[in-house]
Amino acid sequence: MSSRIFGSGIRRREDPRLITGAATYTDDLTMPGMLHAVMLRSPHAYAKITRIDTSRARQAPGVIASYTGADVNLNAMPCAWLPPNSSLKIAKYPTVAVDTVRYVGDIVAVVVAETPEQGYDALELIDVEYRPLNASLDPQKSCAPGAPQLHEDVPSNLAFQWTVSGGDVDAAFKNADVVVKERIVQQRLIPNAMEPRAALAKWAGASGELTLWNTTQNPHILRYLTSVVTGIAEDKLRVIAPEVGGGFGCKIPAYPGEFLAIFASRKLNRPVKWTETRSENYQATTHGRDHVQEVELAATKDGTILGIRARSWSAMGAYLSTAAPGIPTILHGLMLSGVYNVPAIKEDVYGVYTNATPVEAYRGAGRPEATFIIERMVDKLAAELTMDPVAVRQKNLIPKFENGHSVATGLTYDSGDYPGILKKLLDHVNYEALRKEQAAARTAGKIMGIGVGTYVEICGLGPSQVASAVGFQGGLWESAIVRVHPTGKVNVFIGASPHGQGEETTFAQLVAAEIGVAVDDVKVVHGDTETTPMGWGTYGSRTTAVGGAALVLATRKVKEKAKLLAAHLLEAAVEDMDYDDGKFFVKGSPDKAKTIQDIALMANLSWNMPPGMEGGLEASMFYDPPNFTYPFGAHLAVVEIDGDTGDVTLKRYVAIDDCGPQINPIIVEGQVHGGVVQGIGQALWEEAVYDANGQLVTGSMLDYALPRADRLPNIEVLSTVTPSPHHPLGLKGIGEAGTIASTATVYNAVMDALAPMGVKTLRMPFTPERVWRAIHAGGKSGGN
Amino acid sequence: MTVRISITVNGRRFDRDVEPRQLLVHFIRDLGGFTGTKIGCDTSQCGSCTVLLDGVAMKSCTCLAVQADGSEVITIEGLAKEGQLHPLQEAFWNKHGLQCGFCTPGMIMASHELLRTNPKPTDDAIRHGLAGNLCRCTGYQNIVRAVREAATAMAK
Amino acid sequence: MYASNFNYLRAGTLAEASALLQKNPGAKVLAGGHSLIPLMKLRLASPTVVIDIGRVPELRGISLSGGALTIGALTTHAELAASAAVQDAAQALSEAAGHVGDPAVRNRGTIGGNVAHADPASDLPAVLTALGATFHITGPGGRRSVQASDFFKGMMNTAVGEHDILTTIEVPARAAGQGSAYAKFEHPASRYAVVGVAACVIVNGGTCVAASIVLCGLTSTPARAKSGEQALVGQALTRETIAAAAGKVGTDLGSDVLGDIFASAEYRAAVAPVYVRRAVEAAASRAR
Repeated sequence: MSSRIFGSGIRRREDPRLITGAATYTDDLTMPGMLHAVMLRSPHAYAKITRIDTSRARQAPGVIASYTGADVNLNAMPCAWLPPNSSLKIAKYPTVAVDTVRYVGDIVAVVVAETPEQGYDALELIDVEYRPLNASLDPQKSCAPGAPQLHEDVPSNLAFQWTVSGGDVDAAFKNADVVVKERIVQQRLIPNAMEPRAALAKWAGASGELTLWNTTQNPHILRYLTSVVTGIAEDKLRVIAPEVGGGFGCKIPAYPGEFLAIFASRKLNRPVKWTETRSENYQATTHGRDHVQEVELAATKDGTILGIRARSWSAMGAYLSTAAPGIPTILHGLMLSGVYNVPAIKEDVYGVYTNATPVEAYRGAGRPEATFIIERMVDKLAAELTMDPVAVRQKNLIPKFENGHSVATGLTYDSGDYPGILKKLLDHVNYEALRKEQAAARTAGKIMGIGVGTYVEICGLGPSQVASAVGFQGGLWESAIVRVHPTGKVNVFIGASPHGQGEETTFAQLVAAEIGVAVDDVKVVHGDTETTPMGWGTYGSRTTAVGGAALVLATRKVKEKAKLLAAHLLEAAVEDMDYDDGKFFVKGSPDKAKTIQDIALMANLSWNMPPGMEGGLEASMFYDPPNFTYPFGAHLAVVEIDGDTGDVTLKRYVAIDDCGPQINPIIVEGQVHGGVVQGIGQALWEEAVYDANGQLVTGSMLDYALPRADRLPNIEVLSTVTPSPHHPLGLKGIGEAGTIASTATVYNAVMDALAPMGVKTLRMPFTPERVWRAIHAGGKSGGN
Repeated sequence: MTVRISITVNGRRFDRDVEPRQLLVHFIRDLGGFTGTKIGCDTSQCGSCTVLLDGVAMKSCTCLAVQADGSEVITIEGLAKEGQLHPLQEAFWNKHGLQCGFCTPGMIMASHELLRTNPKPTDDAIRHGLAGNLCRCTGYQNIVRAVREAATAMAK
Repeated sequence: MYASNFNYLRAGTLAEASALLQKNPGAKVLAGGHSLIPLMKLRLASPTVVIDIGRVPELRGISLSGGALTIGALTTHAELAASAAVQDAAQALSEAAGHVGDPAVRNRGTIGGNVAHADPASDLPAVLTALGATFHITGPGGRRSVQASDFFKGMMNTAVGEHDILTTIEVPARAAGQGSAYAKFEHPASRYAVVGVAACVIVNGGTCVAASIVLCGLTSTPARAKSGEQALVGQALTRETIAAAAGKVGTDLGSDVLGDIFASAEYRAAVAPVYVRRAVEAAASRAR
């Protein structure tokens, strides 16, 4: 492996098209005869449709067709993560509401018109009468007696009930010197990928084939689901994810919009495009989080953690989105130990239907919530015992391990050095001096807080047998095809579907490092089910951890074949062959080498092959990982609070992460920046707020506060390197790390700042008013 | 009704009959060939649609095409000259100032405005100058670095 | 987002604009478009006729003469913020204009459109009220002038009638010993004022001889803090006297303070004195 390519922070090859406006996103596509679909959405959170009449709309200029729930014969929307032993109840999720709407944004009718303007004009001509019903928004209240029932076949709105349990929790609490308790609200968030979702469906009537361009993180899964919902056979379906403008989880699931575009295209035999507005995006593209948790932690008086007991009420929204049930359960409950020795754990998770937008994965998906629980409780324990939060962490950290450590929930972490990374953080910031600075600031009347957060995440999803065991209705392997052309240029075809993460560059670096071609000679092809091998997509920090492994192993197959052919051409025994940086030669004779380009030409010509060797130079790999990967890290935040107004300013943020060896450190750093800021957003600014009637009050970017350049400090990014023992290159993944750590870290910093005023708990996000009220109420604050 | 208007986009003049309600951003995107300008919100917040109108940055989603009649528009496609990237484009590339790229055209045009009005900005001035452009991928840090590098390059 | 369709009429002169307005009942006037177009995109406003005054030459320009700044209604926030004349003669206006929206918005949004829209969370109405601006309006009955105190009539309601056009805004130039400032608590998403305070003081021989303090973001129209103003007059402007005056604004605001999910009425009223203090301190430091 050439070190000058692997580990080098080269510029991204994605960028030239992106910085010149030449990239093509779904909404940039247009084609002759293309029609535009627009959606009429419910203004009510819960209502019966008593009458719907589209006749006036159908007469409007430019309108080609309109459809209501009665007209659309698609199958119901699928749910594809079915946690076992959870009494899962999948309520019917129609693409278009038939007689009941269950959230503001539920589709009531579709209009297809020559232009989007004409479509929106026609929406105003659809007559709908509703009989509004009482809505239910809070997950805890929604499953309590007397709550409005959303679905006939789901009593108490309970979508599922799932328990994770390990060790003797009752004994832990019986033996505890101290028990700290907290009620945590993981507020609902709106993912806000900058590109709204869009779909373009083109039905080729004569051949019965359909092409769908779509803003998806996983075109192969979408093809599978499309065939389930529309009945079009997979071999006649082509799904293309062109340039995709961010996902963060909300572009994993299938949505009614793309299926309705397909439905209309098939009916009308014309291409049909649908592009959501940002308002629609806020109402109807999936949200994240929305959990209420009651947590207890048991410990001895010297600060040793004995156990955690928790109950979580997780809102699902009105229907179960594609992967939603797996997020507050599998991806959350199994990670409650964090980086600590926690001998006993039990969490009961209740998935609850509410009259809100369906939730899905949102960057980190379950793991930020798990990290938040343990990191928050550790700080509470420290406060209870008047210990430094860092000292409590150090007392309970799992010691360094290189090949497997099992935790109470049943997972086996792959490798980690949690004490090492925490020490690096403390040294970097000079923690003792920082605490002195804080003491001086407090004496001077300033409100300053320091927060530390450590984490380990489960990613590189994952072994397919485990996927099966946890109810994920798909595999979790990844695939790669490496094809070396006669000139030695390489095409790589991958099943994963990057959308901003930079794998066109990093994967080219992997191939170049393995077989010694120039990085610029490798082109990575992705995002088209017709040209790429089946794969399960880009989410869960898995593209490098799983897809990268598939690619490396496929490339090694190519290299192995090249070596055999080189030996044949050099008339040498294979055992006598040596390799260095793209050259194959007989040991001791590097001057008489065959380059990978020479061999590519000879393999493709096949004029002189060893007996039995096939022509061409190509290999494929379907890699199913033996375990998940477990990146980890330690972060620190410093905040200052304006006591007059409650305004929180983030003064400093340090992130130290370990994702194993880094293919491209510049890209790793970029992932950390973005992830950290998303988590900061949750702590300080972001929340999707519904009123009691289920209206989304934060329905636009005027009300939903996203992180902005002028509210953020520079983030200090450092790393350690602990290879995964089971990945061919030791790689672990970095996509979600920042988000998983930063919410808890900033939360802890703000609570540390407010501690002298007696504030013990507070609900996120830390809006100025909330902080100001806490300061003024002091220990009497209602908090969560 | 439609109105006959003439707008020069990246040096090419386009005469079109448009509905008065057509937004400048839709006018540009519908010309064919200039889809680099993006639409990311409904409320003038995200800045993805930022273009230069007669040399000055503006949000093309908050302007009717008829208002721009007779004007010159420069979009992201018009920044590079004769295949030579603009220093801002070069700097965004060098500094990894983009990930998914959706906000990037607007971000680069807003950066262009920033450097037009303040050729030697501090980091703080860059952060404030870009406060009308949202990016969900980068956390803004590498964008700040890119603008700083471009400012240095353009000062030479 | 796509607005409903409408007829578009472009006025070349002020007289033409006036005539078009009178001929087209219900028509909306379009200047920079930064208040009207967002409403139209969301179909919260669907006028049948829009009259574009964006090219009317009489509505442009900033001039300083006879002890007053005359600002054309089409002056953009960016032009206001960059104008040396405004920076010197109306410090608070310059400062506030530089904090409206973001740079691209400031390049298109106009002072006339901003004040005619009269959003309670908008910055400029408070500043213009504090500085004692006069609004010149052309309508069916000819020209007339309205004082700021009479201009803002209610939430999104001004003295500009259906057939009127706001033409210029006249701001008295800074007098000797005068300083003004604008302090803003900005909404993290919309960038509108959660609390905005414009303060203007005149200091003569170390004593404050005149003060005006006007708040936005709290009430449906700009709110004058009379008790606070009175508490400053006759005093040397020290941290203590300013803080004491700021503490009185609660009585000026009354019970009609607005609140929303981001900041309740109670909270806005509670932090208003903080911003009053900051604005007056800044104004006092600029008094010369």
